[in-house]
Amino acid sequence: MGSNMAENHPVAFRWPMKAKMNGAKLIHVDPRFTRTSAACDLHVPLRSGSDIAFIGGLINFVVNSERWNTEPFFRDYVVNYTNAATIVRSDFQDTEDLEGVFSGLKPEPSAGIEQWPYNAFVGTYDTASWGYDRPGGVAREDIDADQRKAATMRSGEAEDATQPSQGAGDDARRSSVPPEGWDAMVRSLKPAPARRDPTLQDPRCVFQILKRHFSRYTPEMVESICGTPRDKFLEVAQSLLDNSGPDRTSAFAYAIAWTQHTYGVQIIGSAALLQLLLGNMGRPGGGIMALRGHAAIQGSTDVPTLYHSIHGYMAAPSALKEHDTLADYLRAEVTPTGYWANMPKFMVSYLKSMWGDAATAENDFGYDWHPKLLGDHSHMASFAAMVEGKIRGAFIVGQNPATSINAKLERDGLRKLEWLVVKDNWLTETATHWYAAPEVRDGSVKVEDIQTEIFFFPSTQIAEYEGSFTNTQRMLQWHFKASDPPGDCRTDTWFYYQLGRRLKRMYAGSTLARDQGFLNLVWDYEPDPQSGRVSHTMGEADELKVLREINGYYTGRPKEHLPGFAALKDDGSTTCASWIYCGCFPSWDRNLTAARTPDPPGTPGAHLGWGYAWPANRRVLYNRASADLQGRPWSERKRWVWWDGSRWTGYDVPDFAATKAPNAPANPNGIGLDALSGTDAYIMKGDGKGWLYVPSGLVDGPLPTHYEPVESPVRNALYPQQQTSPVYKHWRKGADDNRIAEVEDPRFPHVMTTFRLTEHYLSGAMSRWLPWLAELQPELFVEIGHDLAREKGIANLDRVVVSSPRGAVRAKALVTHRIGVMTIAGKRVHQVGMPWHWGWAGLVKGDIVNELTSLIGDPNVSMHEGKTFVCNVERA
Amino acid sequence: MMAEPMGFFTDTTVCIGCKACEVACKNWNQLPSREGGGGELSGFSYDNTVRLSGTTWRHVQFIEQFDEPYDAAGRWLLMSDVCKHCVQAGCLEVCPTGAIIRTEFDTVVIQSDVCNGCRDCIAACPFGVIDMNPVSGTAQKCTLCYDRMSVGLEPACSKACPTDSIQFGTISELRARADQRVAALHEQGRTEAYLYGADPNGHLGGLNAFFLLVDEPEVYGLPREPKLPSRNVASGSLLSTIGAAIMGLVGIVMLRHRRADEVAAEEGRGVAPPPPPASPPPPVH
Repeated sequence: MGSNMAENHPVAFRWPMKAKMNGAKLIHVDPRFTRTSAACDLHVPLRSGSDIAFIGGLINFVVNSERWNTEPFFRDYVVNYTNAATIVRSDFQDTEDLEGVFSGLKPEPSAGIEQWPYNAFVGTYDTASWGYDRPGGVAREDIDADQRKAATMRSGEAEDATQPSQGAGDDARRSSVPPEGWDAMVRSLKPAPARRDPTLQDPRCVFQILKRHFSRYTPEMVESICGTPRDKFLEVAQSLLDNSGPDRTSAFAYAIAWTQHTYGVQIIGSAALLQLLLGNMGRPGGGIMALRGHAAIQGSTDVPTLYHSIHGYMAAPSALKEHDTLADYLRAEVTPTGYWANMPKFMVSYLKSMWGDAATAENDFGYDWHPKLLGDHSHMASFAAMVEGKIRGAFIVGQNPATSINAKLERDGLRKLEWLVVKDNWLTETATHWYAAPEVRDGSVKVEDIQTEIFFFPSTQIAEYEGSFTNTQRMLQWHFKASDPPGDCRTDTWFYYQLGRRLKRMYAGSTLARDQGFLNLVWDYEPDPQSGRVSHTMGEADELKVLREINGYYTGRPKEHLPGFAALKDDGSTTCASWIYCGCFPSWDRNLTAARTPDPPGTPGAHLGWGYAWPANRRVLYNRASADLQGRPWSERKRWVWWDGSRWTGYDVPDFAATKAPNAPANPNGIGLDALSGTDAYIMKGDGKGWLYVPSGLVDGPLPTHYEPVESPVRNALYPQQQTSPVYKHWRKGADDNRIAEVEDPRFPHVMTTFRLTEHYLSGAMSRWLPWLAELQPELFVEIGHDLAREKGIANLDRVVVSSPRGAVRAKALVTHRIGVMTIAGKRVHQVGMPWHWGWAGLVKGDIVNELTSLIGDPNVSMHEGKTFVCNVERA
Repeated sequence: MMAEPMGFFTDTTVCIGCKACEVACKNWNQLPSREGGGGELSGFSYDNTVRLSGTTWRHVQFIEQFDEPYDAAGRWLLMSDVCKHCVQAGCLEVCPTGAIIRTEFDTVVIQSDVCNGCRDCIAACPFGVIDMNPVSGTAQKCTLCYDRMSVGLEPACSKACPTDSIQFGTISELRARADQRVAALHEQGRTEAYLYGADPNGHLGGLNAFFLLVDEPEVYGLPREPKLPSRNVASGSLLSTIGAAIMGLVGIVMLRHRRADEVAAEEGRGVAPPPPPASPPPPVH
């Protein structure tokens, strides 16, 4: 679901096809019949954006099924490995109590601080009531560690913070390092244990809450909301249940079609909930596979280009949270129980990698030099700010915003910049917008009025540089350079390395406090002449040096690499940029990301000798759950990791304390893994349990709930009083350049879903310039069903105009039975779909489909809703 | 010395229509794209290269079989087509210059430097595989990557195929593998699966590029009973020349007919569905 794997991940789709050859049943749930559907045993249609209703229906089916209620496996797994038995606070109220919203809703918009008012929430939740019931109280501020994290997480900054803290300045030379050590501070944060009812009977236990929550999601409701025929839905439900249990596992594969919604995180959460209920997590052949949208985008979130987190999924320090000192930051972000209790080690080692010798205990390891957030700095927030002239310059590297979400608005933003740097393989739309954009060509914008200074840097292609990819399995694979780049093309590594060097020279000698962090930044990637790693390209950095810094080493002894993150220290004696990658390069001459030893045929195939999967080269996360309570494999067929009487062992690297017995009790006074028992398989969670119910960390609810997309042709059949998520993000609300259609707007009656084709890549910036790819899909088209074609008098290949409240594009009609009309809540709704690979540059050209999309987004992660909106289709 | 016969087994049931074979073929063989990469949308499903030609030596067919949207019985058949490297090859038989040869791998290759562009082979091919390459001015088709095979490499298309829909190997091994695959599909209840061109006693002495299909051969644009031009005319040089000419015309007309049929099929099975298979399709031997 939520993925068109055969078309967009064709190389990875090799494995589902192997599974199919071995007798696996493949099911594709999707609005369109795609090349993935063609390869599956069953295609199940649903309306774009109705995924939570579908999965909610599966959850309701499972918890009311006879097998699930009678087979001991499911009960053992759910009671012991999930938080089903945990009891939630008495002031929590569910959507079932409040007709579609959870307790704590504040329906007023929340923009953030005056200097950066781009948080764009249409409403916010006070999430305190969603927490666990802890009769012994919590450590601080009346909220437990998880709750505190939620209140300060990501975009949900404290509402009373109206000014950024001053931080830095000459006060930088100060220390908040606790004299008694970080462990004592972590221990002081420990909350009282939450109440549990292992019989699952307490009406406020998680299981009873979720059972009530999903009781409305009947097959009839699924059919009404999703348009999915009841028999097909039931076939999916029965197949999934039949194929789960001690002997069998089922997996979900999703991609961008689950994330690009105003409730995308909740869709994924609903699948996690279902898979935990079915015991399909932490086991071979189970899980939820996030098929990432680019080759190395997993790496770009691990060692992030994201604004809201720093290496290894630690929260980025924020000027609006209680993050004034290193101790404040850790107090706010550490979870004292579970593996995250080690966060002081990760953070201090990270700061050492940033500032080297200049980072000392006396100056908080340079924490004050670290940049801090002012609010939402994501893509859409940044372009909303750019349109208002709040951003002076931008580097656009490997991205094409001139064709991105609400493209005209983004180009308006680009034209407000003083300077723009574009680094790409070709002169993309973003590089040429100043003379070739539609609004320039039609004269509504004059070239001479654009004041932006634009620089273009030609870029290398994949085979022209060395580096690592991190794939969708969290596996790092080193790749080597095949040839030198042509002409002036340079790698991104070269570009940023040289930019940093030049900027450092420009700032040299500055005594301003704000410049000291930049001056102290460790920036040594120069190849050693005797290393044999000097590139043919003058000034190229040594990519292996970057990987060495990411893996980490003993401070002051860079040739002594850290063997793994268990060696990290919180006193500055270890240096490590990204704790989760620690161990990928465990000694000077062992780059495990370049390892290429597959398991022999006929073996279980963890392939531990092929590449390196973080953390600690584990291939299946939380794999303690692949064994039963006593540590025995749930079945011979699904054997993966087990207890051999003295330690955990198996085909994979065990994801558990190596010698903690299955019957070991939790240490009531312990922190970290000591605080978890021998059955607490989910070691990154404070309670060691897989979360069916999410007590903290999300800003839009502890359980997934079906809401309509912000633009929808139908009313919410589940909760008529609550049409959309009450807390989604809406930038430039009310502005002419980001108009939204009302529900049931007769001018835009159809549901549009956007998609990608195998033949092109994203905005086409890597494919529309290649003749062999361009000829395979030469023109923009819109897929429409035969019914709509008849109603509108449209024939195959006719030129049509597709419009939304933001704009209109021209395309050819591809009339097909692979998409069509559905009956939603008794109403006929046409779905149409468009690939969005075109623009005005390249060998094959076409209108930009993102002229139709809008700046609205998910409240947790600021992802747009380009997968579902409303439109009209007419003959041109 | 004859090496062991080599060829392709194309299992259409695991083809995902990614066209990696088409691109890998053009890349390795440095074949030009149509109109420098431009061109227009064909409107035939996701197929924009439309047919095998002198510059497209691998071609993926997209056959949409639906009566209604989301029809449970609907299928989207995907099939990567290629030169069949017939054991008895019509093209080789009619080539007047000897440009078309049988290699030590039992494959059929057109030597571009010997071809005079007479087009006889185009008409003689019962599968419509061969066409002129406008860049070289000669007739061209798949060589089964003769240059790669000569140095022990597998052909570009099968190398690039992510799902192993295209498999390369010795004919004997491929036939054994294909038989197993058909048996496994039958066991899974997919009794419509059969092999096209795998039988050495069948038409044209068997095809060194054979296919696993799940519908009538005609659905994929393949002749039910492919014939050699020499079987249709009496021996004798004059007659055979006339015969070849007639065959050529017929071939061209057949091509056009097939194209027209495909167009009709593409424009909606609901309007004029081709006759459903009355019985399991007879295997082509």
